[in-house]
Formats: sequence, structure tokens, C-alpha cells
Amino acid sequence: MDEIRLQLLKEVAGLHEIPEGAYNIRENGKSIGRQSTDEIEIVPIQDGSGLNIYVKPGTKKKSLHIPVIISQSGLTEIVYNNFYVGDDCDVTIIAGCGIHNGGSADSRHDGIHSFFIGKNSRVKYVEKHYGMGDGNGERIMNPETVIEMGENSYMEMETVQIKGVDSTVRKTHAKLEAGAKIVITERLMTHGKQRAESYFDVSLDGADSGANLISRAVAKDASYQKFVSKIIGNTSCSGHSECDAIIMDQAKIEAVPELTANSTEAALIHEAAIGKIAGDQITKLMTLGLTEAEAEEKIVEGFLR
Amino acid sequence: MLELQNICFDVDENSKTKGILKDINLTLDDNRFIVVTGPNGGGKSTLAKIIAGVETPSSGRILWNGEDITRMSVTDRAKSGISYAFQQPVRFKGITVFDLIQLATGKQINVDKACEYLSEVGLCAKDYIRREVNASLSGGELKRIEIATVMARNTPLTIFDEPEAGIDLWSFQNLIQVFEKLHQQNHGTILIISHQERILNIADEIIMIADGQLRDRGPRETMLSKIFGDIDVPEGCGCKFYEKQKN
Repeated sequence: MDEIRLQLLKEVAGLHEIPEGAYNIRENGKSIGRQSTDEIEIVPIQDGSGLNIYVKPGTKKKSLHIPVIISQSGLTEIVYNNFYVGDDCDVTIIAGCGIHNGGSADSRHDGIHSFFIGKNSRVKYVEKHYGMGDGNGERIMNPETVIEMGENSYMEMETVQIKGVDSTVRKTHAKLEAGAKIVITERLMTHGKQRAESYFDVSLDGADSGANLISRAVAKDASYQKFVSKIIGNTSCSGHSECDAIIMDQAKIEAVPELTANSTEAALIHEAAIGKIAGDQITKLMTLGLTEAEAEEKIVEGFLR
Repeated sequence: MLELQNICFDVDENSKTKGILKDINLTLDDNRFIVVTGPNGGGKSTLAKIIAGVETPSSGRILWNGEDITRMSVTDRAKSGISYAFQQPVRFKGITVFDLIQLATGKQINVDKACEYLSEVGLCAKDYIRREVNASLSGGELKRIEIATVMARNTPLTIFDEPEAGIDLWSFQNLIQVFEKLHQQNHGTILIISHQERILNIADEIIMIADGQLRDRGPRETMLSKIFGDIDVPEGCGCKFYEKQKN
């Protein structure tokens, strides 16, 4: 693998070599490697626009890697990946997209991932977005995640964008049946003139369903971020959303938490806090021998961990 | 050796200049266990901050081993061997106890080493090492972690600003043991800002500051008899120890 490809794969999927288990690696609009297993079957959609992935009921402790990398400047693609996770599964899915843009045209990836999670299944879904390259063309990523969770299922979704993405509109929609739980953690950092918008809407439809949305964001320079979280409680359920953001330089951040309770048994909470790095945090780290810049970097690094 | 020469610290209050520290002259010898005491609002914490570089004096000079550090940054003072434990430990989202201790040592350390520092302050290391230094920790826990971080630095001068503030009696008991151990182990010069009699009782030397002025200083025995023995009570100093004796 060439160096750019290797770095992108490392950043978005933690891959240093071909992964074990099921995988599909997509590069510049084409699959460059695919492997199904007995438990996880990857079937390309005929027009090449994505994949249907079937996880057999009862599959435990298995992983699936489906990174996307774009190194061709000016490439624009929309990819649809559908995940059908059977009942009683326990799987980890590593997705993510890395763009290297060394040219003047914009490169753009819109990834629509739909999850249909069976009863009693557990899914850990990690999605990282990363951009690099010194071209003038923008690196644009618009991920959309649609989640339908069966009874008593559990999903942990971790979504990370730390570096190099000029523009992103991220949308996550989830519907939960009885006893289902979802935990979504988003970590976002923007700098320069980057823009990032995140929209979450979670509908708690089944009794005792629950959602926890946690967003940690840092906006530097003249970047802009918007975080909108909507939780709708339609029955006895619990929902919590938390947006914690550090604002620096001339950046702007909007946080719009929205709760709707359609039942007296719905317990919904939202928290949103935006502020600069506390002066005493910087001072404390300086008393340990760090410079002001090092202290700031360490605080941001910890905050986004 | 630390020398404070004619240190003044003024603040603006309702468009008037208020002196918080007034012409403080003080020399601290190496490897001493010194407690600075006196009434609230007398300038003790400001003095600690000025030594650590967190505040800059309005006038006067600070010499550290002969070098003028008056205008030196907090970072450079830390690098030159001055440690400072905050009265109100700072909380961080995402930074763990291990991170903080590792930063304090200034080098890569393993978990076992970090745990040693926590054990020194009476914390069961495994329970804390991966926890974030955030609001989920109690005041007493934060205080001990704060002390562990400055101990990990192992510098020639360590300043503790009211280590007893905001902690429960049980934690205070442990804290005293930590300071007694520090004293025995001779961790360079230790300067503690404190009102607590039990901390005064383990000092080599006690300094009394009131109303921004250095009122008195001397060996523990002499100072304790002055404080608790009703002799040579400075008029109007307002110190609760003196008042206690007077009343």
C-alpha cells in the first residue's frame, strides 16, 4: 500500500495491515479489497453505490471494517451501506472516511449508513473522519446514520472528526423499541475556516428505552460549529443530551438542545455548555512546567479524548 | 534560598489602590518546613501566588538561589524548581489522574510509578489512576491528588496554599500524616499556608502575616508560645489564635 493510503487507513480505522475478519476497503469509488466471513456477509449493491451487510443471528465478538479513502482530487461520491444485524449478536463495526486532497477541486464523500439491529443485539460502531493534503480543494464529508433498534438491543456509537475536514453536515436518526439503549459520543474539532454541523434526532418509542448523547467539541480560529440534538420521548423512557464545547479565538458555536415529551413517564434532560478554556486550568498546567501553548494543547487533547 | 525584597502587591478597589502585601521582606533557607499563618484576608495566599508566579508583585524583587525571578513566568519558575499546590484544586474534563501525575514528573512514567505517588497521599491507587480529575471526585480526593502531583515534581521548593481548606476531618487526618512524612523525608523547602494548629505543630519555623505585613517569625516553639501563650501579642492583628488567647 502507498504511504497516503496507509496513513488514511490508520487514521480512520486504526489499520496497519489488512484486518482480520470481515472487511471492505473502498478507495476512490471502488472496492480494493473485500472479505466476508461465515458470520458476516458483505454483498455489493449492484450499481456500485454501496453494500448490504448481513450479520447472522447469534454472531458474537466479531468485527467488521469498512473504511473509505479518497485520494483523487475532485471525486464526489454518495455511498449507501446497509447493516442488517440479526438477533442476539455482539459485533464491532469500524467505519470512517479519510480524504487526501492534493488538488484544486473539492473532494466529497456522503456516506449514508443504515442499521437494522435485531433483538438483544449489541453493536459498537466507530466512525472517524479525517482529511489531509495540501491542495486548495476542500475536503467535504457528510455522514448520515439511520438506526432502527429492536427490543433490548444496545448500540454504542462513537463518531470522531479531529482534523482536516473543511465542511461537514452530520446527521444521525435513531428509533428505539422497548428496552433498547443507545449511547452516542461525538468528538469534533474544527480549525481555520472549517464548518461542522451535527444533527441528532432520537425517538424513544418503546417502554424503558434510553438514549445518551454526548458531544465534546472544540472550535478554533474562525471555524463554525452547530450542534442540534432532539430527543423525543413517546413512552416511559429516559433521554439525556450533553453538549460541552470549548470555544477559542474567533470561532462560533451554536448548541440547540431540544426535548419533546409525549408521555408523563418520559424523563428527558439536556445540558449544554460553551466556554473558553478556564484560566486556572492553564495556570495549573503551567505550574507543572508546561508553556501556555502546551497547556492549552493538553487541555484540548484531554477534552476530546 | 528564596528572598523576597520589599514585596508590595496592590489592587484597585472602587478606584482606590488597596495594598494586599505591604513591603514584605523574607528569606527562606533551604530544606526548611515553614508554615505561614495569620488571619483571613491578611495576604498569605497572595504571597504564595507571588512566589509561584501566578501573581506579579506591584514592586519589590524575588530572588531564587540568587537569580531575580520577579518577572519570570509561571512555567519558568516551575522549571526552576518551584511547585505550587492550589488551595482549590483545578478540575479538568478528560485529563486523568495518571495524565496529571505524568505531566508533573515531566517524563514518561508507567502506571506503577504513578500509583506510588497516589499511595503516598493515602489514595488506593487503582481506584483513581484512570479517573478524570473532574467533579466526580470529592474535595478531599482532589486535594490529595493535587498534593500527589506536586510531590511527583520533587522540587527544591514546594508551596501548599491552605491544604486543609474544603476537606473533611477524615481527609485532614490523612493530610497531616502526609505532611509529617514529607517533613521526615526532607523534600526540600516546604512552605505551607495554614491556620491549622496541627500543621503549625510540625513546622520548623512559623511566619505570621496580618494586614499584608510580616508581623512575626521564628522557630516553632517560640511562635507557638506567642500564639497560644499570650505573650507579645501584636495589637490589632486580628489573628484568631491571638484573639482566642485574649478572650
